[in-house]
Amino acid sequence: MQVIATRPKSLTDLQFTYCPGCTHGIAHRLIAEAMDELDMRNRMMGVAPVGCSVFAYKFFNCDMAEAAHGRAPAVATGMKRARPDMFVFTYQGDGDLVAIGTAEIVHAANRGEKISIFFINNAIYGMTGGQMAPTTLPGMKTTTSPYGRDEKDIGYPIRACELLNSLVSPYFIERVSLLSPQEIIKAKKAVLKAMQYNKEGRGFTFVEFVSTCPTNWGLDPLQAREWARENMLPYYKIGNFRDKGAEGGEK
Amino acid sequence: MVKSSMHGVFFIQGDIACAEGAIAAGCRFFGGYPITPASEIAERLALRLPQLDGVFVQFEDEIASMAAILGASWAGVKSMTATSGPGISLMLENIGLGMMMEAPCVIVNVQRGSPSTGLPTSWGQSDMMQARWGSHGDYGSISLCPKSPQEFFDLTVKAFNYSEKYRLPVFVLADAIVGHMTEKVVIPPVDELEIIDRKYTTRPLSEYLPYACDKSLVPEFAKAGNGYRYHTTGLTHDERGYPDMSEECHIKLVNRLVDKIRKNARDIILTEEHDIDGADVILISYGITSRTVVPAIQKARQKGIKVGYLRLITVWPFPEEKIRNLASRVAGFVIPEINLGQVGLEVERCAGSVARTRIVPHPGGGIHRTGAVVKAIEEVAHAK
Repeated sequence: MQVIATRPKSLTDLQFTYCPGCTHGIAHRLIAEAMDELDMRNRMMGVAPVGCSVFAYKFFNCDMAEAAHGRAPAVATGMKRARPDMFVFTYQGDGDLVAIGTAEIVHAANRGEKISIFFINNAIYGMTGGQMAPTTLPGMKTTTSPYGRDEKDIGYPIRACELLNSLVSPYFIERVSLLSPQEIIKAKKAVLKAMQYNKEGRGFTFVEFVSTCPTNWGLDPLQAREWARENMLPYYKIGNFRDKGAEGGEK
Repeated sequence: MVKSSMHGVFFIQGDIACAEGAIAAGCRFFGGYPITPASEIAERLALRLPQLDGVFVQFEDEIASMAAILGASWAGVKSMTATSGPGISLMLENIGLGMMMEAPCVIVNVQRGSPSTGLPTSWGQSDMMQARWGSHGDYGSISLCPKSPQEFFDLTVKAFNYSEKYRLPVFVLADAIVGHMTEKVVIPPVDELEIIDRKYTTRPLSEYLPYACDKSLVPEFAKAGNGYRYHTTGLTHDERGYPDMSEECHIKLVNRLVDKIRKNARDIILTEEHDIDGADVILISYGITSRTVVPAIQKARQKGIKVGYLRLITVWPFPEEKIRNLASRVAGFVIPEINLGQVGLEVERCAGSVARTRIVPHPGGGIHRTGAVVKAIEEVAHAK
């Protein structure tokens, strides 16, 4: 018998406890595969957020810490500056990264910290039960926007990649989606690139995953994927925003 | 759409009762950020405030939420935020500003197990001292502790009244059990409730000083937009509201912030007492603990111990006078609380060497075992 695929060594043996159809598991696996392939696991420190993926420590088989809500990039900065020989990544949701943690992500990016940020955007607060996120789409009903998000009242959703792309320092910024096998394969390439640059100590790398939250969207997993394709992707455009390491990219 | 405050008899969650209490008290601005176990208060007000032409804003964090309710208060609208321990930790800087500005507003803390993120979905009474001393410096403060959804409604109304009357941010210290428990709540028509509104000045523009006050030690407000051009600041300020960082001015201001609560403590302190007269031991509790210890009191009484019961509805300002008076009449006090002894230390301070003090600690995530409380009562009674 030939083994063609196994569980990455950078994931523990535990079964994911995320909801059925949630894309956290896929994102976890992609990051773990990249850690394996680039042989970074034994020198990797991860920082988990507050939110559903606060439980990431159970699944990533490397050193992990949980930060206070939104502060993961600051904690990661402390780790990387104190131990430049280590690799550091954060894993954050939309509430964590572009609501309470807006200052930390902008300033970590602006300092060009040599860390990787993996950002899960599912347009809602999952863990606390479906409140409006800074990435909630106009008109979308949540428990704290029961009449639908009114962009005149609360503004338009924040596009994290575009926001960070206005800064000079970041090295790599890309938005990917996790809605089909083809998209997941593309996402893997972005994760690998970010991790490669991280390993080489080139600079700040950022990957946003357009994700789903079937539970709080009130949809089944397949409907959630379709909903995301029809509603999220037109607003959160997939693509690379910055790659200073690419040929023709800024050096 | 319901265009008015609701009234009648309801079977609702504590957090919902709190939100309705705020509406009944006249709160028309809520600024907050989702956090378990307080999110339902925000969710309810997201639904209800727009129906009443009020404002609900979900902010990017608790720091902005607290700052915004100060702004709303200063602009003349009753305002509130609701959060849990980690959120209060973020709000503390602005809570201090609110104390210094003397901005009336209400801060609801549905406590969970702490420190840090602790036990998000479980309960605690671990932020009692934080409510008293959390923001840096000396200031008087008020904290009310509901034991039920009904009281969560009642005390939210009261918190607004105290905040308006004494001009300061007032805490409602609930916990995850009271917040998430569903019970009968009677909501009277608004006109049957006592609602206190801030005192606006009637002085002419030329005679108004924003921080001048009479014996009540509480300054009068001026309405924004009425031409008074009043100023407020977190810096030490004089009666005009402008910075004056002299020693003399600082002594006067800080003392007044403390004294306006201390000297009005009798009006603010609310307690519930049973069988205090002739008691050998008094069990002191507050919030949800006052309900979970009832079996322990019954058991101790079956063993022949005369146990009195004192429930602190107002925890801050602390009822020092009452504890001192009781200390001379009993063998001692037993204080079960869901922390490792925060209010208990205050009891100990007031009881001094006159009466024994026995704290029954529990760090949260569970409730006191009846046996442990009975044992503490017996120890205090028999040490006579």
